[in-house]
Amino acid sequence: MVIQKDVIIVGGGPAGLAAAVRLKELGIEDSLILEREKNPGGILRQCIHDGFGLTRFKEALSGPEYATRFIEKAEELNISYLTDTTVLNISSDKQIIAVSKEGLQEYQAKAIILTTGCRERTRGAISIPGTRPAGIYTAGVAQAYVNLKNMMVGKKVVILGSGDIGLIMARRMTLEGAQVLAVFEILPYASGLPRNIQQCLNDYNIPLYLSHTITDIQGKDRLESITVNKVDENMKPIPGTEIHYECDTLILSVGLIPENELSLLAGVELDHRTKGPIVDENYQTNIDGIFAAGNALHVHDLVDFVSIEAENLAEAAAAYIKNAYLPQCPIRVETDELVGYTVPQKISGNKEIFLSLRVKKPLKNCSIQIVQNGSVIRSKKMRKALPAEMIQIKISKEDFNSSNNIKVVVKDE
Amino acid sequence: MNKEFICILCPNGCDIRVELKEGLIGNLDGALCKLGQEYVRQELFSPQRNIATSVKVEGGTLPLVSVRLTEAIPKERIFDVMDEIKKVKVTAPVATGQIIIPNVLGLGRDVIATKKVDRILNSPQS
Repeated sequence: MVIQKDVIIVGGGPAGLAAAVRLKELGIEDSLILEREKNPGGILRQCIHDGFGLTRFKEALSGPEYATRFIEKAEELNISYLTDTTVLNISSDKQIIAVSKEGLQEYQAKAIILTTGCRERTRGAISIPGTRPAGIYTAGVAQAYVNLKNMMVGKKVVILGSGDIGLIMARRMTLEGAQVLAVFEILPYASGLPRNIQQCLNDYNIPLYLSHTITDIQGKDRLESITVNKVDENMKPIPGTEIHYECDTLILSVGLIPENELSLLAGVELDHRTKGPIVDENYQTNIDGIFAAGNALHVHDLVDFVSIEAENLAEAAAAYIKNAYLPQCPIRVETDELVGYTVPQKISGNKEIFLSLRVKKPLKNCSIQIVQNGSVIRSKKMRKALPAEMIQIKISKEDFNSSNNIKVVVKDE
Repeated sequence: MNKEFICILCPNGCDIRVELKEGLIGNLDGALCKLGQEYVRQELFSPQRNIATSVKVEGGTLPLVSVRLTEAIPKERIFDVMDEIKKVKVTAPVATGQIIIPNVLGLGRDVIATKKVDRILNSPQS
């Protein structure tokens, strides 16, 4: 039997929960969240450190507390969700096949919201040479072992990559009694947030070596040591700079990739820059009625932005469910060589929007300009702009001077 | 003498530059809000940090409950407080916000649970 639903939300993390709550508040009653884990909350369940929700709740909450606020709201509003339920297939005509202990379920939805989060890049993705011993973990996996399963992953730790989860794990392992020898980053700048460098590394005297990478891994059964080299401006290891570190654990924090295997099955077109779907200002993908938000759309550094994005998505999805229609978005958002990407990638020009973007390298005293027909229609001055920090620029509908494409450019001040 | 700080109080992570005159705070530049000044004052005279960790749960649907302090403590007491927290075990059910250790080490801060852990069905307690 095919179950009919107004909207199905794939993934019950912060994006899925925020979308579901907003949809219900907007009068969309017939919704369902499908979540593959045992409990809702997504990655926040293992992010036990504090500092979440400072923008939204004006409090420094831990990840589980931030998730709880939304889970309790969802329960209060009687929003249906199924846990331990994995979606196997999504079709372009919005049919979903899911599986749980009860068996296979088939759904037909009017709208589908993809809030599947992201996954970690692994050792294979960056091709580190050497043996394949135990003791090498991605940062999120190490975090799950320590914070959810009560299993310590090692005693003498090296971290490769300066992503935020790696920095958080450097502090976490130190608090649990491990010795964290160093963090190595192949780029000449850190990829995590400056405040995490301060409170997770500097506070505990953990050194961060920029322009360094791991060039060899040694150890038969368990990791025994690694070799580190300095890299040149092309990120190639410099011969003769080898340093040897004895360690039993290597934690990799080398990037996150939006999870879009299901999106691809549905025919959703991805942006090679974000690795997430190309969306318009309604967070609608190229497939009518399929929407995406959160880390599945582009990797965020702050959960507050995830929640807001999902709520904005919900506004548009509610209109789609009621009217079976959303306005066309013919204006493309182009970027210059200093801008990594923008979300959304397409807009209508008839609505106020918040453009999310990242710069490709650290910049000081610049302005980010939105240009249409050769004139600057919006500009934001930045004392510093870092790839680690997502930037948002508001564009009002009065700002647009035509329906030609807009371009985001970075200018030195 | 000039000193630079990265404010950790919010995601803005302001780079704050301060002029120090005989140990006192002079001109301060780079903070987007007034918390910056207070942060610099603390960093100079008594740095404060919150900590988050977890505590073992018996008879629960999860083996651990995540915890944090109600407010920050002096930075040099972090490992003393970690030692105290490691001594503790709790029995399910645990509620979000439940006090696990009141007034830990007399610092005026409580250790509180940050998630709920239900009691496992057919455990000895039920």
